[in-house]
Amino acid sequence: MRIGIVVERAPDETRVAATPSTVAQLLTLGYDVTVEKGAGRDAAFPDADYVAAGAKIGTRANTLSADVVLAVNAPPDEDLARLAKGGTLVSWLSPGLNPALVDKLVKLPITALAVDAVPRISRAQSMDVLSSTANIAGYRAVVEAANQFGRFFTGQITAAGKVPPAKVLVAGVGVAGLAAIGTASSLGAIVRATDPRPEVAEQVRSIGGSYLAVEVDEQKMQSSDGYAKATSAAYDKRAAEIYSEQARDVDIIITTANIPGRAAPKLLTKADVASMKSGSVIVDLAAANGGNVEGTVAGKSVVTSNGVTIIGYTDLARRLPAQASQLYGQNLVNLLKLLTPGKDGVLTLDHDDVVQRAITVVQNGEKLWPPPPVQVSAAPVASAGAAPLVVAPRRGISRTARNVLTVIGIALLLGIIAVAPAPLPQHITVLVLAIVIGFYVIGKVNHALHTPLMSVTNAISGVVVVGAMLQLSIDTPATRVVATVAVLLASINVFGGFAVTRRMLRMFSKDPVSKDPAAKEPVK
Amino acid sequence: MNPATFAAVTVAVAGAAYIVAALLFILSLAGLSQYETARGGVLRGIIGMIIALAATLLLVLQGSPGLGIGLLVAAVVVGGAIGLWRARRVEMTGMPQFIALLHSFVGLAAVLIGWNGYLESSHVAANLVGIHRAEIFIGIFIGAVTFTGSIIAFLKLSARIKSAPLVLPGRNAINLGALALFVGLTVWFVITPELWLLIAVTTLALLLGLHLVASIGGGDMPVVVSMLNSYSGWAAAASGFLLDNDLLIVTGALVGSSGAYLSYIMCTAMNRSFISVIAGGFGIEAPTAGAEQTGEYHETTAVETAQLLVDAKSVIITPGFGMAVAQAQYPVAELARILRDRGVEVRFGIHPVAGRLPGHMNVLLAEAKVPYDIVLEMDEINDDFPSTSVVLVIGANDTVNPAATEDPTSPIAGMPVLKVWEAEEVIVFKRSMASGYAGVPNPLFYRDNTKMLFGDAKDRVEEIVRELSKIKV
Repeated sequence: MRIGIVVERAPDETRVAATPSTVAQLLTLGYDVTVEKGAGRDAAFPDADYVAAGAKIGTRANTLSADVVLAVNAPPDEDLARLAKGGTLVSWLSPGLNPALVDKLVKLPITALAVDAVPRISRAQSMDVLSSTANIAGYRAVVEAANQFGRFFTGQITAAGKVPPAKVLVAGVGVAGLAAIGTASSLGAIVRATDPRPEVAEQVRSIGGSYLAVEVDEQKMQSSDGYAKATSAAYDKRAAEIYSEQARDVDIIITTANIPGRAAPKLLTKADVASMKSGSVIVDLAAANGGNVEGTVAGKSVVTSNGVTIIGYTDLARRLPAQASQLYGQNLVNLLKLLTPGKDGVLTLDHDDVVQRAITVVQNGEKLWPPPPVQVSAAPVASAGAAPLVVAPRRGISRTARNVLTVIGIALLLGIIAVAPAPLPQHITVLVLAIVIGFYVIGKVNHALHTPLMSVTNAISGVVVVGAMLQLSIDTPATRVVATVAVLLASINVFGGFAVTRRMLRMFSKDPVSKDPAAKEPVK
Repeated sequence: MNPATFAAVTVAVAGAAYIVAALLFILSLAGLSQYETARGGVLRGIIGMIIALAATLLLVLQGSPGLGIGLLVAAVVVGGAIGLWRARRVEMTGMPQFIALLHSFVGLAAVLIGWNGYLESSHVAANLVGIHRAEIFIGIFIGAVTFTGSIIAFLKLSARIKSAPLVLPGRNAINLGALALFVGLTVWFVITPELWLLIAVTTLALLLGLHLVASIGGGDMPVVVSMLNSYSGWAAAASGFLLDNDLLIVTGALVGSSGAYLSYIMCTAMNRSFISVIAGGFGIEAPTAGAEQTGEYHETTAVETAQLLVDAKSVIITPGFGMAVAQAQYPVAELARILRDRGVEVRFGIHPVAGRLPGHMNVLLAEAKVPYDIVLEMDEINDDFPSTSVVLVIGANDTVNPAATEDPTSPIAGMPVLKVWEAEEVIVFKRSMASGYAGVPNPLFYRDNTKMLFGDAKDRVEEIVRELSKIKV
């Protein structure tokens, strides 16, 4: 079978459905490939490269009459009419948003496959054009913001003064959001991210952002089809507060909140935008669906009266044509691999396969849209998910019990000191004070110094040697012998303890190269 | 100056010297809390000790010149020489058992002082006889418990006896019974000071110390060593009461309370009850619970690990007792240095109870000249694992066990652990698939992002260092 790659007719479209490298892969699947003259020009793929990869260059009619036509956008009506009878159109169709187009397609004797309807299951990830596009959009959003933003992203300390890092807020942690977080943090910015699904926190952290949780008593926000769903009122209220707080603080906001089939949720109000610093930049990736920001103009970049630039470009992927074409083309190759099980250049559709069923909008005049829902297996059954383990904190004694104990302790001490004969009260006083001092003196000990601290206290407790020495002056042989042994033992402690502590402390150094040559210990 | 005034002056000077010495000891401990002041702290401790010893020498000189002084000097010289010799020879990896052994000396010295107090009690005033006898008993009791407890800890730490907890039936009853018996014997002794009572209480305390530490598993040894440190302080304080000496009381109480507080800090770090540590024998439920972990583990090689490290952006090394056993701290430090030179961010994550002594790992890494500002505590580093490319687990097991946070039935459930499994890749250096010191199976080894690198930690790390030198930047 023959594959045709058409020139995109949509105004400002820069992408193409195949690149020289994906053409080569299509050929290995057994297809012949015809590329319309000049198809890759805007994406910097000259015709010569397609020829070198093994494709033929053809006219428009020649390309449209191929058995399989690959396109980025749905072709215009006059082109649809020229598609071969029994042919297959593979393109971005948005059948859910475009019923008129679906009706038109039904009237044609063709099969239409919507690549943007690939379900979000692990197996189909390699064909997910939405992810590819979102990834590009997220990256480009940061680049656009950087272009408008009059400062560095990364913090620096230079001879000309200190530069604080830019603060970036990313609203919505989907593929686009993650790409934006990764790009912004690799440029050196401080990146924060919000999303109704708390489970994305880990992903945010893994690429260098910090996750701002919206703390409300919310039901599980995980949705069964892998896309975000609308949120509750309590959640929205708290989230709005967070956005207002953040708007005052951050330099750049990138919003990516899209809900499939609905208008994009408004995340930032006019007041929030007005509270931002002059020179701040907002990139609204949901502009095509109405925008997440009040004041977004789809397809345009506008500057508010307080100097905030709101970028509402809807063509971010087109602004990276070579990359977008390569990713889109690769997605199509992966799709065709699935549709060409024999690698014999024969396209077959198997409706028992959920992926193939989901993308089939029309087959030979029969309307197959919408497909039965596909359950994404990504999230396991909620009940099976491990409930967060609550670690019971060590149960301390209650406050009253503690107070009672304190009172009893003090009373006991009072009683003993009052009753005890002469030298004892003084000793007890000394004891109690020393206990308190000992407690406070090491209260803020550095963890790494525990061992030296212990060995020095050990050396100090060798002070019992004093007691043993005093007993030496008692003039009976038995006590003398016992006291001598005690002095000997305690001396080992005193000398050994101090010596070993000094040895240890010599080794602790901040600078890897020690200045003290004596610190070099022989290694055994 | 006549002898009588000379004696009075000596006593006064000695008393003043004791107060100065006690003050220096307090300053010494305070100094030991921070790196910057630590060396000064030790110096103050040494000066304090010299002052205390000099003052005591003066007193002895004045009381009994001749034989007493000869014995004193001889004992100090011999003891000091032994101490210095051992301190110079001991390896940093052998530090835990060395310190435990030193504790036992204090304990034994306190016992001997107590016995001497009994043998020579003629000077005691009539109204204080009862108290004196009680003091003898308490001093001997604490000293003896410290002595045998430290010996057992020493034997366990140096692997001369098995580290598994000894579980006798009615363990707590034995401990409490021993305490009750001690109180009874004390009362009896105060009334009739018979020699056999003294022998009985010494034996009782020796056995109690034995049982107390024997019933604690090896994994909890850091707390035990710190606890024995505290006990040795209380033993010294008890001797101070007996001898009417404030210096001993102050110093003993300082050491006792700071040691107890240190143990408390560590208990919190392990989510253990402080009381159950003092009482001895915690962690005894260990071997029963915890489902046998089976599954597939992935093995890797030093060559692969080297490649992984070169490509990594940030690396965290979490050492454990295994690093100490294998003496791997030098190659590990070398590895860290090479990676840092290549621009990889390398840090060390130290669990509060890694090793067999509080701060054990820090001492080893310091020995190998790892700069201390890249050696971080668990709390400082635990949030950084998700953004870490590679974690090297070198000879640690229980301190990186995810079961502690995920499996409520695990014997170590609730113990804070290093969350190494949140990193992209985890390389576990291990001798074999055996479980850790606490005898708890570790599901970390079966995770998808975990790779096992079997063999002696030192050999493996050296191999990686060699491989790294082959990989050009």
